[in-house]
Amino acid sequence: MKKVIIIGGGAAGMQTALRLAERGIEALILEKEAEAGGKLRGWHALFPTFTPAEEVLTELRRRIEEKKIEIRTRSEVRSLTPKSVTLADGQRLDCDAVVLASGFTLFDAAIKEEYGYGLYDNVFTSADIERMLNEGRVARADGSAPRRIALLHCVGSRDEKVCQQHCSRVCCITGVKQAMELKQRFPEADIFNFYMDIRMFGPGYEEMYREAQQKCNVHFVRGRISEAAPTLDGRIQIKAEDTLTGRPLRMSVDMLILLVGMRANDDSAALAESAGLQRSPSGFMAPRDHFLHNVESNVEGIFYAGTVTAPKNIGETLNEAIAAADAAADYLNE
Amino acid sequence: MKRNSWKEYQKQIADDRYYYARSCIRQNFFPGSEKAFIDILQNDLGRDLLDDPKHSSCTGIGYHSDIVPLETIMTVVARQFALMTEAGYENFVASCITSFGVYSEILATWEEFPETEERTRENLLKATGREFRKPASLAHTSDVMFHFREEIARKAKHKLVNALTGEPLHVVEHIGCHYAKIFPKSGIGGSEFPYVLAGMIESWGGQCVDYPERRHCCGFGFRNYLVQANRGYSIANSHKKLESMAPYKPDFIVANCPGCAMFLDKWQYAIAEMEGTTYGENGHGIPVLTYEEMAGLVLGYDPWVLGMQMHQVDVEPLLDKMGIDYDPAAKYLGRNGKYIGKPASAVVNGCPPDTLYDMRE
Amino acid sequence: MASINFGYTISKPRAIDVDRNNLRRSDEILHEMPELQTCIGCGSCTAVCTAGNLTEFNFRRVHTLVRRGEYQGAYEEMNKCMLCGKCRLVCPRGINTRGVVMLIKHKLGDL
Repeated sequence: MKKVIIIGGGAAGMQTALRLAERGIEALILEKEAEAGGKLRGWHALFPTFTPAEEVLTELRRRIEEKKIEIRTRSEVRSLTPKSVTLADGQRLDCDAVVLASGFTLFDAAIKEEYGYGLYDNVFTSADIERMLNEGRVARADGSAPRRIALLHCVGSRDEKVCQQHCSRVCCITGVKQAMELKQRFPEADIFNFYMDIRMFGPGYEEMYREAQQKCNVHFVRGRISEAAPTLDGRIQIKAEDTLTGRPLRMSVDMLILLVGMRANDDSAALAESAGLQRSPSGFMAPRDHFLHNVESNVEGIFYAGTVTAPKNIGETLNEAIAAADAAADYLNE
Repeated sequence: MKRNSWKEYQKQIADDRYYYARSCIRQNFFPGSEKAFIDILQNDLGRDLLDDPKHSSCTGIGYHSDIVPLETIMTVVARQFALMTEAGYENFVASCITSFGVYSEILATWEEFPETEERTRENLLKATGREFRKPASLAHTSDVMFHFREEIARKAKHKLVNALTGEPLHVVEHIGCHYAKIFPKSGIGGSEFPYVLAGMIESWGGQCVDYPERRHCCGFGFRNYLVQANRGYSIANSHKKLESMAPYKPDFIVANCPGCAMFLDKWQYAIAEMEGTTYGENGHGIPVLTYEEMAGLVLGYDPWVLGMQMHQVDVEPLLDKMGIDYDPAAKYLGRNGKYIGKPASAVVNGCPPDTLYDMRE
Repeated sequence: MASINFGYTISKPRAIDVDRNNLRRSDEILHEMPELQTCIGCGSCTAVCTAGNLTEFNFRRVHTLVRRGEYQGAYEEMNKCMLCGKCRLVCPRGINTRGVVMLIKHKLGDL
């Protein structure tokens, strides 16, 4: 039986393996963390339907178990070729094709010093909020409930100063989703989303944006926060321009949430070099083309699935995984 | 304060043999500061610092006010470097922040556009017959003082501590815009969390205050400030900073730019006269120091020798807090004991607002 | 108080200070007309505005300022509206923009 190695045990990796199993091909998933699931483990509710991330993850895991697909955790990959994968501990595994589904790295908000992440209390990232929602309690550093919250879009995306020129696509909808989730938990709070552009690219997203405005009374200010500073009473003072009125705006908030973007996986550069894979200027892996070969790499026998090539949402990732599995299967059957 | 990012923005500061380029206008506002720097470096720290009488103003004010063209200021700066080369030095130290910004900018311009450097060499040769070498290192005097802060701390006679309560003094540090906002890598700590003054304060026992408008400009933009009618804009900037820092009850402000220290000092007077507002304790203003004066006080120099009688906001409350001995009667006696005149009473020093002034007195 | 004429005064800040502004009127307006919150600032209303074509009246800017708590001059500006209704025809969010004009005038002037 033909064998495919899948690098990455997140949503993309798991779905690729399931489809390959259906096509009668043996798949081995190599996951570098201690458990599989990827970034899905860290999310609370998925847009646009607020489906619990837990549900999707559990189902994927169940299916993997059902099909008895092997996942090796704590197996970091150091280099690859179309016919073999070498692990960090030196072990070499042979195969007939490889699917790279290693995902993305979250932008480190501490790099944007002007927002004080890691320095001031009450500055969080969207990932922190997802974690807090999973833990069942969102609160300020001193445990109190926030009365005024600001969310900032485009942190680490569309920003030349941190060398991340691309748009991370999913942060805007995350901002709207989290604004609604926070409003539900703190009905008395005023929530302000500061954006450069609102990009609602998926099904149901624009409707969710409208609902956030009309039903949840979330204020949207077009203007990027330029700096955040701590005040005497532990709040955060922010400054932005309200570009729709053409005037500077300042206010103090109890909590500042930075919507951090997706950036190319830290491992991508090394893996690309080892296999001769091309990367796009943003650092993400470059598929052979964006149309009829969008899950193939420029090297025959290596395929891509998921956010390793570009930011996308989970639905798109799962679809792409199926396409990548089919492409690999077709390649192996030639 | 949890600021550790300053470790990523380090710069090389020379340890000895400096060529000192003084400021053109600092002597008017803070007459003792530059002399204090020379004394501290030569006497207390035993370093070689050349105070060359032949050098001129860098013409930064003229350049930033569009009066002096770029080519002229490049030639003037080249002459400064030529004098430094002729005197046998290669570590350039500038007293004024704007100067430092100008030197950084010109060196960067010569780096990126070598033809401008060529032309400057020709111009200098034709105009004065001099030739120059670029300095091996360029630093601001506050960088040098930061470099020696531990040595100064070891020799300290007074720490930045409240002598009565033992608490560290709350200090607002203000960094000149031309120090790190233009070339973040040329400032210690970068432009977001500059550490040059904070480092000195912390080494000498004080505590920095982080208030919301910490990064804000004081308003000393030449084009705004030189025209009288525009000064409302300048004073509004300092006003914003003072309003923001007042709730933190700072004991004093320290600035590394001569213009900033002057503005924060003198605008408190203007604001007090116009609005009646004072930002310090007991209806007084907040004393503003330059870092040389701060270092001088720490090392035990006499405040009047440091020129602190020339400050608009009286510094006596701070001196009392630090437990420094001074002779109140000698305040308005000059270097040779002659009476230099006394300023009129001002709201910012706790005088009633309906005091009548006679400007001619 | 100042017996000295400095030749200038301290300039007032232009910033919209959301901490200082009283948002009560704005909240009342949004409570009565929640659809106004769905405005995305596209500017279609201002683009077709009859009054805006001939005067400085910028409908979009005025109602956005009102929502931030900046009420000064809003009533006078809204008086320039002729209630022709072209803005309502064109709004992609389906907001009753004529209603917005009447509501702002009611809350900020006609009391």
